[in-house]
Amino acid sequence: MLETIHLEHIPHTLSIHVAFYRNVTNASFLHSQLLARNASFEYALIDASTVISRFHLLAAVYKSITVELGGNMKTPNIHSEIVCALSSNNNIAEAYRRYGISPISKDVLVVKVLNTAHANTSDLTKESTETHLNEHVKGESVEFSDEEIAKTTDWSKLRKYHKLNGAAGLDDITDMDAKRKEMEMMIVSAMALRGL
Amino acid sequence: MTTLLPLPVPATPADEVEAGAQSHQFPLPQTLNYPTTTPPTLITQGAEGRLYKTTYLLPSIPCALKHRPSKPYRHPILDQRLTRHRILSEARILQKCRREGVPVPALYAVDEGTGVLIMEWIAGAPVRVPVNEYLRKRKADGLREAATKEDGEELVGLMRRIGRAVGRLHKVGIVHGDLTTSNMMLRPWDKGKAPVNGHKADGEGNGLLDGEIVIIDFGLASQGTQDEDRAVDLYVLERAFGSTHPRAEGLFEVVLDAYRGEFKTANIVLKKLEDVRMRGRKRSMLG
Repeated sequence: MLETIHLEHIPHTLSIHVAFYRNVTNASFLHSQLLARNASFEYALIDASTVISRFHLLAAVYKSITVELGGNMKTPNIHSEIVCALSSNNNIAEAYRRYGISPISKDVLVVKVLNTAHANTSDLTKESTETHLNEHVKGESVEFSDEEIAKTTDWSKLRKYHKLNGAAGLDDITDMDAKRKEMEMMIVSAMALRGL
Repeated sequence: MTTLLPLPVPATPADEVEAGAQSHQFPLPQTLNYPTTTPPTLITQGAEGRLYKTTYLLPSIPCALKHRPSKPYRHPILDQRLTRHRILSEARILQKCRREGVPVPALYAVDEGTGVLIMEWIAGAPVRVPVNEYLRKRKADGLREAATKEDGEELVGLMRRIGRAVGRLHKVGIVHGDLTTSNMMLRPWDKGKAPVNGHKADGEGNGLLDGEIVIIDFGLASQGTQDEDRAVDLYVLERAFGSTHPRAEGLFEVVLDAYRGEFKTANIVLKKLEDVRMRGRKRSMLG
């Protein structure tokens, strides 16, 4: 199930497509395609345990789009830029390792940004992308919703990755939901400042 | 952002102004020229920038967008550097405050190239508005004009929350630089959620002054722990408060009392404040 999302404040030539697969069995194959730089596997393949919500992932997508529009990309393409945008530090290899798909990933979020103004992706469509994904990702396709994402989020990992273990702003909050909401806000803030 | 300057009068014939006014005086940042479901609205214009209300990512998420347009009278390279520096400093301070538990808007996105800062939208109104409303109501109800500690329970509660919020800000090593009741929002309580600073306004009231203090606009803020700077911050707030709400001026010491309890060296800052009161905001008499 490939969902098309229209973000605010981006050119209309861009469209964003997201799919969520659980219990993926061929993660090492997908990972190897990325390492081989196989152009037909140009997706942002994200380990879903590092994603909190739609808002969180879309913030990363938005950031990488603005970076591309500004001509400041630090990585080969917009999809690798999305993986890096989830990180709050500048180490690209570390960002791939932490947020990108790894051979042992179980749950994977796939993002594809299509740009009709862009020569080498203009012949791809939502349908062809969906077909290609369904053919190659061996897993159970689920809805890209906050409820589904929440089931796979690894909070302790995120706390560590974003250095939130000493954050005074979190210690005072006792309610679990409020605490997670606040962590999400802190993480999105940290992502916004990455690389600046 | 609070110092509102009169718009410069363009030196062009009237008919040309008609056509060019929108585009020349309000160049939108590139971000806002891309399609959105609801058009952005200009909230306020300050000397350095403009604040728009718009949406972030999805139509359901409101946000505040602060744009620092480039100044045509500055050298382009200098302009770029100053804008970049100011945007980043504000962004870093917001991020630090949030981490340390000072209630401020969350940072959503930064585009230092185009001078754009996107932040969480804070619901509610600037503290100035409900306070003036409250004081006006008092007068209409035939109470004494000046609010005092004894009969303004609800207001005293709000003042305490202001003191705590400012104390907390200073505690984490941030000096705001432009503390006024317009640069603080009174955000309605989240139902069922424990408020971050303080609790419900003490005493019964009509709920006008209920809410959580969220400090905004860190455009002039800096990182530092000098007692002198902190004292000046309090002094600026004191003067601003006195001139915006003269009838509640007598309550300002409640703010200072609450401030005192927030961190260890607050007493030294309050001593310093007395010096600052004697001589004014500027330490040196030069410039």
